[in-house]
Amino acid sequence: MTVVTSAAQPPVEAGEERASLPAYARNYVARVRGGDIGALPAVLGLIVLCVGFGIAKPVFFSAINFANLFTQGAQVTAIAMGLIFVLLLGEIDLSAGFASGVCAAVLAVLVTNQHQPWYVAVLAALVTGAVIGTLIGLLVAKVGIPSFVVTLAGFLAFQGLLLVLVKNGTNIAVTDPVIKAIDFDGLVPPVVGWVLLVVAVVGFAGVQLMRRRKRAARGLAAEPLSVIALRVGALAVIAGAAVYVLNLERSRNAIVNSVRGVPLVVLILGVIAVALTFVLSRTAYGRHIYAVGGNREAARRAGINVDRIRISVFVIGSTMAAIGGVIAASRANSVDPNTGGSTVLLYAVGAAVIGGTSLFGGKGRVLDAVLGGALMAVIENGMGLMGVSSGIKYLFTGGVLLIAAGVDALSRRRAAATGLR
Amino acid sequence: MTATPLLEVRGINKSFGPVQVLRDVDFAIYPGEVTALVGDNGAGKSTLVKCIGGIHPIDSGEYHFEGTPVSVHSPRDASGLGVEIVYQDLALCDNLDIVQNMFLGRERRNGLVLDEVTMEQLATETLAGLSVRTVKSVRQLVASLSGGQRQTVAIAKAVLWNSKVVILDEPTAALGVAQTAQVLELVRRLADTGHAVVLISHNMNDVFAVSDRIAALYLGRMAAQVKASDVTYAQIVELITAGRSGDLGLTPAVADITNGAQS
Repeated sequence: MTVVTSAAQPPVEAGEERASLPAYARNYVARVRGGDIGALPAVLGLIVLCVGFGIAKPVFFSAINFANLFTQGAQVTAIAMGLIFVLLLGEIDLSAGFASGVCAAVLAVLVTNQHQPWYVAVLAALVTGAVIGTLIGLLVAKVGIPSFVVTLAGFLAFQGLLLVLVKNGTNIAVTDPVIKAIDFDGLVPPVVGWVLLVVAVVGFAGVQLMRRRKRAARGLAAEPLSVIALRVGALAVIAGAAVYVLNLERSRNAIVNSVRGVPLVVLILGVIAVALTFVLSRTAYGRHIYAVGGNREAARRAGINVDRIRISVFVIGSTMAAIGGVIAASRANSVDPNTGGSTVLLYAVGAAVIGGTSLFGGKGRVLDAVLGGALMAVIENGMGLMGVSSGIKYLFTGGVLLIAAGVDALSRRRAAATGLR
Repeated sequence: MTATPLLEVRGINKSFGPVQVLRDVDFAIYPGEVTALVGDNGAGKSTLVKCIGGIHPIDSGEYHFEGTPVSVHSPRDASGLGVEIVYQDLALCDNLDIVQNMFLGRERRNGLVLDEVTMEQLATETLAGLSVRTVKSVRQLVASLSGGQRQTVAIAKAVLWNSKVVILDEPTAALGVAQTAQVLELVRRLADTGHAVVLISHNMNDVFAVSDRIAALYLGRMAAQVKASDVTYAQIVELITAGRSGDLGLTPAVADITNGAQS
């Protein structure tokens, strides 16, 4: 029979098992070996690719290129964050790319052709995304059409809608300064960047310490302080280094036009990522998403309104696509029939999968989209610097995606064998 | 031993279209006792349980809870009374841990935020109350649990809600010897803590190991509801297969009619 304890005297047992940092590390290594690799492939891939590109093209590590990485990857990352919710249910949204294009077009038409203020246009774009998501969700949950088919139809139809909105291929310029600031020239002043970093690190540490104190007060197993310190330290070092590099002077002609600071889009996506992570991991709604993705029947019997959850994830997915569309419009200063088209959707799905989110549902985090999106941006950017042809770039990206999916499949097989997951 | 049943149904009839599945079934469940519900495949065990659980509305008959007549039209009504059913397919989410599964759909919250600490504490206490010692940590994913451990979690989930009646549908069907013993022990402890337990099982060894009473269904009729100590293994098998055994069970005439109606 299985090993004894917990119930009778949980604090002792669990305390012993988790008390020290080495025990924690051993536990982690055991989990990884058991097949629970989480975001490890994405992190390793990021390091390997960064080092590789850095050696081949030293300019990869320049401050200006580092800033480019963020602005280039922003749209894909935003869409991927929304897709995580859809993928958690084991559904798919193939229309997210062109949905973001349609929302960008709505923005452009309002702000440029109708001369509306920027906030009206942005709001309209987000509402358009929410309406698209509601429509897809209703068709999937209430009518019962598979999400693959609904969103494949959406993929085609939204492409058409985008063409109609931009009058068959004209290019609508977006020159509104506020919208341009989002992902084109908006920068957080260096001092503000540092202050926000300190706020973020202190906030993270505070949340972790408070949780630890609450658990300890109730006699539950609490994480050792050293683990928390390590985690907070890692965040401080990585984010600190990023802020430092982004605060360096990037302009070739600093006296005329100084370019320093964290791109505004990083701040926007950071806030959204924290908010969505909170929703997924700390609220009942998020818990129910995992439950429906893990076992729909169990969720239904537990009294969860499964249809409402299914509709809501498509609303979140398409709304995030709308945010991606706004970012794309801002970055390109314009909207054309290809906004949100070509590889955007596939990169977003790839980002989520490379980050460690399962296509079968029930497993995934918002952080996966961020890591995967970063990996996609690094590949795109690095290959661009190397000056290779588009053909090689696509071949390489395809290979990376295949490796990520392969690692996931192998680890899942291993997890099934060891009974983890 | 209490004289008044905690839950009692009288004269229950239930048809699905032209097929009458339950005929004038009487069934009583007592607190602190394990009542085994036995019967061959198609005898109506699951239908009876689903009627009690409010999943199937009954065509006619009375439903008494703690001596007072009640009407149960939905699973919500049943769980409002404190009746919980643990189904054969346990309905647990593999990707969630034990605490998350036990509180699924009824999460404790602090405003908007989940109150993980309270939930973990309550789950630990519930498992401890049932003397469950087989799970290493309540934060283990259900995917990593054995069949017996899953059954344990499903049962603990049912008792978490101050339930008074716990109905277990074939809890040992897919388990090995050691795990079966473990689950049966848990079933016994449930009754000892004052719950009225209904155990559906095909395994006579299990039935005699833990039950205080045995109710045998035969082709939609309640053949007999007897104390386990008053009957033998062979008598129960006869009740299951023929509806009667000596002076126990359906009268020959009724048994024949029942037979005729079904065949």
